[in-house]
Amino acid sequence: MSNLPEFSVSEIATAIKQTMEQSFARIRVRGELSKVNIHSSGHLYSDLKDADSVLSVVCWRGQLAKLSIKPEMGMEVICTGRITTYPARSNYQLVIEQMELAGEGALLKLIEDRRKKLANEGLFDSARKKSLPALPKIIGVVTSPTGAVIRDILHRVQDRFPCHVLVWPVNVQGVGAADNIAAAITGFHSAPMKIRPDVIIVARGGGSLEDLMPFNEENVVRAVAACPIPIISAVGHETDTTLIDYAADLRAPTPTAAAEFALPERLSLIFTVEDFTIRMVRALQRKIKDSSSYFDLVHTRLKDPLRFFETRVQKLDHLTDQLRAALRHAVSNAREKFLRTTLRLHPPTSQLELSKQKIHHLHRMLETLSYKSTLKRGFAVVRQNGHILTQAAAARDDLLTLSFQDGEINVKKI
Amino acid sequence: MNTKTPYPSVADLSFENALAELETIVRDLESGKTSLEDSIISYERGILLKAHCDKKLKDAQMKIEKIVMTSDGNITTQPLDLEQ
Repeated sequence: MSNLPEFSVSEIATAIKQTMEQSFARIRVRGELSKVNIHSSGHLYSDLKDADSVLSVVCWRGQLAKLSIKPEMGMEVICTGRITTYPARSNYQLVIEQMELAGEGALLKLIEDRRKKLANEGLFDSARKKSLPALPKIIGVVTSPTGAVIRDILHRVQDRFPCHVLVWPVNVQGVGAADNIAAAITGFHSAPMKIRPDVIIVARGGGSLEDLMPFNEENVVRAVAACPIPIISAVGHETDTTLIDYAADLRAPTPTAAAEFALPERLSLIFTVEDFTIRMVRALQRKIKDSSSYFDLVHTRLKDPLRFFETRVQKLDHLTDQLRAALRHAVSNAREKFLRTTLRLHPPTSQLELSKQKIHHLHRMLETLSYKSTLKRGFAVVRQNGHILTQAAAARDDLLTLSFQDGEINVKKI
Repeated sequence: MNTKTPYPSVADLSFENALAELETIVRDLESGKTSLEDSIISYERGILLKAHCDKKLKDAQMKIEKIVMTSDGNITTQPLDLEQ
């Protein structure tokens, strides 16, 4: 035992420090960042871990600013740096000089670099974006002919506005998928007019970053950007972003949403057209009503020209009746007057006769009255055959009539 | 007065253009600023536009096809059967 050299704590700490810092002066370590803590001093303190072990890491303020990525907890990273020890605490740590994303992270870096490159070329410029047709006749869909995606799209098309859907079947992942997809997009816009879509949906369901990689491939992105037909991208889940999303004219969060963007709702359009029609009819009715009163007057009168005449015909009839009645009345009046006058006008012969009788009567009355008083004194009037007898010699042996004051008796001449 | 010359034939209009023109007519009529005669001309045009839109909306029919490559490298279409 005593053969072993004896170190002080500081001596051994220094020895370890030299050994470690020489042996691990420049290393790359892959692990997941945990407990990311940026101290008020500006230095980053964190842990890099894998399934079994933990390594303390530190990144000084100056270096931290130069990193191409912003360290976040949970990131799988590859750190380049050196091991240093901290003798006061019996600790060691990795001092980070560079940090890059590992695995998916590395893939993301590649995608990010590509995105920047294509963006610099202007492929994602908003000025390039085409507007979607209001009512497409044909919808082209670039996707797998099997699975939920195409079914979701077809269902929504059926619901909103049934139309002609043309599916260009492609592999959406794996070897050759990107070439397949790019060829489909190019193929659609060079298709004969009668099967040329008015809008294209490029769709795929959710998957890992690797699964979605074909939609990040440069040839696919370029095909989308170059396509003169408007394109809607619907790749992966809402949280996934692929490069064709930047190149597409519209990005839909899901395949169903892509169908909604592509097509208007038929029912609401029908309502819109009906609404416009009703408003148009009402506006015209109002216009007619509001037009000058002169127009109204003429309009109303002319509504039924016969009626205009009817009243006049009626008036004519009425007047004719009145005239006829008046005529009849006048005639009958005249006749009556004539009759009355005629009645009053006695014929001269009868008048003469009447006068004669009257005179006769008066004469007789005068005659009678003249001797009546004489009869009272005892005289009698003798008549023979109605004629007064004044001489005895005139009397014949006939009957004589003696008139006394109170009556007559008949006597016979003896 | 010739009512037809200033307008394109309704039959040649796309749905969106027909709908947009119909909307313009509605707004013009509702403003009440056009003369009665012009209102009636607009109205008649509006009725044609409405019929045109209706026709486009009513002949909506679902047709599902897929693209197939012919041996000579051209493309053609076939009905698409969805495997469930």
